[in-house]
Amino acid sequence: MAKNLNSTITEIYIGSNFAKEVKKRSDTDFNSCYHCMSCCGGCPFSEAMDYLPNQIIRLVQLGRKKEVLESSSIWICVGCNNCSVQCPNSVDISAVTHTLCQMAIEEKVTIAEPDILKFHQELLNTVHRYGRTHKLEIMLRYKIYKKDWFSDMMIGMKMIARRKLELLPSRVTHMQDVQFTFNQKQAG
Amino acid sequence: MITSPIIDVSYFPGCSLATTAKENDHSLKELCQKIGVNLVEIDDWNCCGSSSAYAVDHDLALGLAARNLFLAESDRPLLVACPNCIIRLRLAHQELCRNELMRYRFEKKWDKTFNRDLQILHFFELIENRIPEYMSKEISQKLKQLKFVPYYGCMLNRPNSLRHEKNYKGLMEKILTDLGAQPQDWAFASQCCGTFLSVARPDLVTSIINRMMEDAAKTGADCIITACAMCHMNLEVRCTLKQPVPVLHFSEVLSLAFDVQSHDGWFSRHLVDPRPILKSRAVI
Repeated sequence: MAKNLNSTITEIYIGSNFAKEVKKRSDTDFNSCYHCMSCCGGCPFSEAMDYLPNQIIRLVQLGRKKEVLESSSIWICVGCNNCSVQCPNSVDISAVTHTLCQMAIEEKVTIAEPDILKFHQELLNTVHRYGRTHKLEIMLRYKIYKKDWFSDMMIGMKMIARRKLELLPSRVTHMQDVQFTFNQKQAG
Repeated sequence: MITSPIIDVSYFPGCSLATTAKENDHSLKELCQKIGVNLVEIDDWNCCGSSSAYAVDHDLALGLAARNLFLAESDRPLLVACPNCIIRLRLAHQELCRNELMRYRFEKKWDKTFNRDLQILHFFELIENRIPEYMSKEISQKLKQLKFVPYYGCMLNRPNSLRHEKNYKGLMEKILTDLGAQPQDWAFASQCCGTFLSVARPDLVTSIINRMMEDAAKTGADCIITACAMCHMNLEVRCTLKQPVPVLHFSEVLSLAFDVQSHDGWFSRHLVDPRPILKSRAVI
């Protein structure tokens, strides 16, 4: 359930650097937000969020960095863009939430949805290995991490039987080119 | 009356169409042959970065998408079959047009000039004019008993910087109605399928999918038709109802309408076999 927000002018002043950084990195001017909550009506997952989409914007405006970076909402957001389509000012909220996810990783704060982050990492690990995603491996590694062997066993077997889940990955030939993209990141 | 000549188009299938949704890939290729489009797959393409790179690492997302942009031939448009991949590739293209430093870096690495004018096509943009042109009277009888609900998911929502592009809301209904099928009204045409939450939060996704399936069944639709491979998978995998409505790829239905015969390998890959209903509606 969404939480109540209270703040003061002082906090807004203190928070301005954080807000500026988010604005720059997400290339989004969220100060045009009316807080009309149209985004919340459009969001398919707002009921699962700790802060509603407009509240995320508010927290950033107020500079409440820790709360917003440690919120689950930023990870629950799938980037379907329904919020910004509903928004009368077209505030690109998903650009903001994704920027916040990246800042949460960089700042090493407590991640509110570690399972979702783990999924992203396992997906990118298969891209690192094969150049393309390999769904069976992503699922198996995720299940190992969760120590959850049975929840999707039946559907998984059915998908393998119907050849929906491939046993072997589809691969890129020039893997050094793909790894360059990953390595450049580590170098730089 | 056929006006558009046969064209060569570069093709980026994306990971889903190359693996879990091969039936989407095969039916798309069959359809393209029927409407005068010669698809040439990009040699050695890689993952677009997907929602995951976009969520956790901006530079990686740009780098993965950019390699594909540099691999695309410069003398023809690029068809991106997956609605998620196309957003990733278009955003990367936009960023490279704008960001001189990154453009210079990639040009140096890939030893090629960046193609600012590369036309990145959505499947809808490819078929919008061609299907009516290549359609004959005989074809428009094929689907006449088929009732369907169209499912776009989040495909028609775009990030702000891509919003100047044409909106294709209603295109599936329009084309399929021209081909004789009967669209049913429902509330979930643009409901997000939950994408990657299907793995980490199946609870959330199942509740949404079941609600959609129940509504689709209530309308009396024979099937849900979607143009997104990710949506297709979530609808099939996360539905826990006893009698789920079959889900078809838009490309499969169009190919059937254009009398493609080699469809057997497609439907055996569906978790909910659509063949009984398609047979009873004289579509196959």
